[in-house]
Amino acid sequence: MKLTECLSFRNVKGRPVRTVILVILTAIMAFTAVGGTLTVVSLQNGLGALEARLGADIMTVPASAVSKQNFENIVLQGSKGYFYMDKSYYDKIADREGIDKISYQLFLASASAGCCSVPLQIIGYDPDTDFTVSPWIRKSTGGELRELDVVVGNDLSVFVGETIKFYGVTCNVTAKLDKTGTDLDTAVYTNIATIKRLIAASIELGMNDFKDIDPEKVVSCVLVKVADGYSIDEVLNDLNIHVRRTKSFKTKDMISGVSESLAGVSGIIGILMAAVWLLVLVILFLAVYMSVNERKKEFAVLRVAGASRSRLAGIVMSEALIITLTGAVIGISLGLLVILPFNGLIEESTGLPFLLPDMLHIVICAFVALAVSVISGLISSLGSAKRISCIDTGVILRGDN
Amino acid sequence: MTIKATGICKEFIRQGKNTNRFTAVSPTDITIEPGKMYVLMGRSGSGKTTLLNILAGLLTPTSGKVLYDSEDIYALDDDKLSRFRCEHIGVIPQGQTAIHSLNVIENICLSYMLYGSFTEREAAYPAARELMQRLGIAELEKEMPSALSGGELRRMAIARAMLRKPDVIFADEPTCDLDDENTELMLKTLKETAKSGTAVFVVTHEKDAVGYADINLNMSGGVLTIQ
Repeated sequence: MKLTECLSFRNVKGRPVRTVILVILTAIMAFTAVGGTLTVVSLQNGLGALEARLGADIMTVPASAVSKQNFENIVLQGSKGYFYMDKSYYDKIADREGIDKISYQLFLASASAGCCSVPLQIIGYDPDTDFTVSPWIRKSTGGELRELDVVVGNDLSVFVGETIKFYGVTCNVTAKLDKTGTDLDTAVYTNIATIKRLIAASIELGMNDFKDIDPEKVVSCVLVKVADGYSIDEVLNDLNIHVRRTKSFKTKDMISGVSESLAGVSGIIGILMAAVWLLVLVILFLAVYMSVNERKKEFAVLRVAGASRSRLAGIVMSEALIITLTGAVIGISLGLLVILPFNGLIEESTGLPFLLPDMLHIVICAFVALAVSVISGLISSLGSAKRISCIDTGVILRGDN
Repeated sequence: MTIKATGICKEFIRQGKNTNRFTAVSPTDITIEPGKMYVLMGRSGSGKTTLLNILAGLLTPTSGKVLYDSEDIYALDDDKLSRFRCEHIGVIPQGQTAIHSLNVIENICLSYMLYGSFTEREAAYPAARELMQRLGIAELEKEMPSALSGGELRRMAIARAMLRKPDVIFADEPTCDLDDENTELMLKTLKETAKSGTAVFVVTHEKDAVGYADINLNMSGGVLTIQ
């Protein structure tokens, strides 16, 4: 039998106002399911990517940059800014006990490039000692960077094999990094040799921002991996006591704010989702209950015409299936239409790392949301279906009930 | 098909108390033969509709059997009894009994929506149109029930009950709320149906119905008598 000719479909179609309201309610339920889940998963992904990208246990920066918020923004989020300290601090830290690996980075801020309408953060690192950026770059390129090679963040609209100009210097884009869902996605990574060329070019162009910066003599931050057998806290305390005019942070603590915000946002989303679902399910239950109640006589007529009790229940459940499936598909589509194109906006407005899962996981998430929405809708109709399957045909037709 | 009910009785429990039992139909024997029109009259609350529902397979009796030829219908499970009802029994219930999301011809072909393919339902349309013509509602084929008068709705219900050419038609107050003209049409149609070989069992308060009956029955206090 054609779907459009089946009784359930006709019943649904025959009551357009009720149907539209129920479809909208189910759509809201599915929208919150897919939207909320994707948002929470993306925030968790972002935090995970941020943690993974850090790589170091401890970061040391000049004491002058120790507004923690400022520090977090620049080092972790890649926000545009810069601070420097003498490279001798790097050597002092390296001499301390409990250091397994040590490297440094140098930030050039507020450079603009042809690819982008916004200033970029250029991060220089030492390929010989680096243990935080190189693993990600190697993963992307399969080789080390040469002079004037750069690796770009995922959000920059420039592609591998193309070139990008900074201060008139043409650099080769050799790799694009995986997305992190943070401002690091708009950063550019290169080696110290390239940084030198860029500083020289900026001075030639009459820009004096970096005229006092000698990449051989200054660093922006020192990155430390603690050796086995030492606790991070122990080494951290040692550095803060003995390496003066610097401030060292445990990287985990530095993202604790982000982590707490994420937990808060996830909690709020969870509560909102639960509230919306509870409300919608109660309304769906009542709507189906009332609809079945007002059509008791119709169900009795169906019974007279030969419908079995299970068939009556099947009709109620089929109507619920048609409505919840339609609503869920609409809600999930809207959810994806909001989350997918506007994830950057969400990242910006929440100030939290926001990294969408890959397409396979998004599809899985959508199907799970679809299944959960439809099953929940069907469950809310079960009571009415059971009730109508037990009707006393004779009593209802007589009009006593 | 001959319907033979033996010792059928129906008791209802009032207010959920097992001790407060009400006998709607006292132990009753009745045989309904094809080609005859039975008219059952009696005061309200005498048990007429309860008896009709038991005979039509809609209400399980407290005791007794209802045999359609040799088939004990209450020994069948609900699925089989429902299918049996669909194929062998036509019921015209009390009051307005339309499915409001279906148009007139779809209401008449309702049983084909429950059992049978789309093709089978389409194949039933000519027979449905013929019935509509006979009952004077041919022009209402595509109308929705909300656009029909009480008499038209009742004629639609008759057509629905007759469409599958059942062995028996049970009509519960078919003339209730109808004007004289429609009452006469209704009773004439039922009589013609009986003449064509179908057993017709009518529960009514309509005194004129007596004239159409082959067998008049009366019910009082749950006890059936043949007049």
